[in-house]
Amino acid sequence: MASPTRGFLGRARKVDRRLPPGQYDVRDDFPVLTAEVTPRIVPERWNIAVDGLVSTPSTWTWDEAHRLPASVYEGDIHCVTTWSKLGTSFGGVSVDTLLDAAGPLQQASFVMARSSTGYTTNLPLADVTGGKAWVVRTHEGRPLPTDHGGPVRMIVPHLYFWKSAKWINRITLMDHDEPGFWERNGYHDRGDPWLQQRYQGD
Amino acid sequence: MTDTLAGPARPAAPSGGWRSAKVVDVAHPTPRSVVLRLEVQDRIDHLPGQHYVVRLTADDGYTASRSYSVSSAPSDPLVELWVERLDDGEVSTFLADVVQAGDILEVRGPIGGWFVWDGSGPAVGVGGGSGAVPLLAMVRHAAAIGRPELLHLAVAARALADLPFPDELVAAGAVVALSREMHSERAAGRLTVAELRPLVTRGATTYVCGSAAFAEFASQLLVQLGCPSADVRVERFGPSG
Repeated sequence: MASPTRGFLGRARKVDRRLPPGQYDVRDDFPVLTAEVTPRIVPERWNIAVDGLVSTPSTWTWDEAHRLPASVYEGDIHCVTTWSKLGTSFGGVSVDTLLDAAGPLQQASFVMARSSTGYTTNLPLADVTGGKAWVVRTHEGRPLPTDHGGPVRMIVPHLYFWKSAKWINRITLMDHDEPGFWERNGYHDRGDPWLQQRYQGD
Repeated sequence: MTDTLAGPARPAAPSGGWRSAKVVDVAHPTPRSVVLRLEVQDRIDHLPGQHYVVRLTADDGYTASRSYSVSSAPSDPLVELWVERLDDGEVSTFLADVVQAGDILEVRGPIGGWFVWDGSGPAVGVGGGSGAVPLLAMVRHAAAIGRPELLHLAVAARALADLPFPDELVAAGAVVALSREMHSERAAGRLTVAELRPLVTRGATTYVCGSAAFAEFASQLLVQLGCPSADVRVERFGPSG
């Protein structure tokens, strides 16, 4: 631990076990942080593909995605810029549902999530299976706003939120890891907030 | 040819780990801002647009960290941070109200490989309020390398005093759009398409920085003007403090 900063007391400590180290609670706020121009996507023309090392490369339109079993995430999200939003909710479809339909091949061990903007983020397959990742179209019961990734974004809430690709349209399964956008630009390959994996080398 | 969001891996921008930084100088250009000039141990030179994390540690080990864009050029022997003092900001109020010359701060940087300009090609910068800080690093870098003509800037704020180093931005030829006060012959009002149009340059990389609302407004104006989305790099300042 670094030595104390002269004169720094900090805010009153509230022990909240939901808050990973170095994070603070933004309460009702939901900040917007993206590196690109917000795209305008018409839901009726949106679709999502699962491809790469799968037995059945698959694509779902907006309407087809709505016919898949609905799944809700209720819990917390954590941004690498140190804010966390506690007790929020998103609704959509579990990534498990998409992967089960596409059938990952045995050698598939990583995924690249891609957005229509060209944004990418890489994840171990194990981080998006087993009820840990969703593609969502609602936030707290309302349609997901465009600046938060609407009409559909991915969420992988147990990792820092840059892993939760906005405007998602493709999940590609791979037999190796490859850095995505922020991962090429200095950020950690996995991004576990409880281990403070913020930047490359953490 | 500019890199795009989906572009291939490129030579990484410089990045540095945790360092100890000595505060050499503290200035308060306005009641709502503080300028810290830091001597960073074993410093790795940044590129304009990159940021540093400042981490404060209390006696009991509690920490608070925030990111701040660098306002100085890489050639400056010190790293300079221009920080907006937010009334409810845990870190910015400490930096503005408590920090004095001689203090030691824990910093990490430079960070960021996307919102960076290395001075090798034309660039357009559009900054709102404290979002002009990374543009200032670009202005100073352009001057240091003798290529001021590469940069075209527009900055927006409520009042001139809300901008970092407004005199330098004006001297660099920036379009200055103030929403709450007159500036030169310009009546108070938001930045307009007409003001941005002359800045848009084919082949230039465009850098938009500011609050989420400003970044959204300015980047959509640029797209309206025909700027390809792929050439626009956006830095949305999150809630800091």
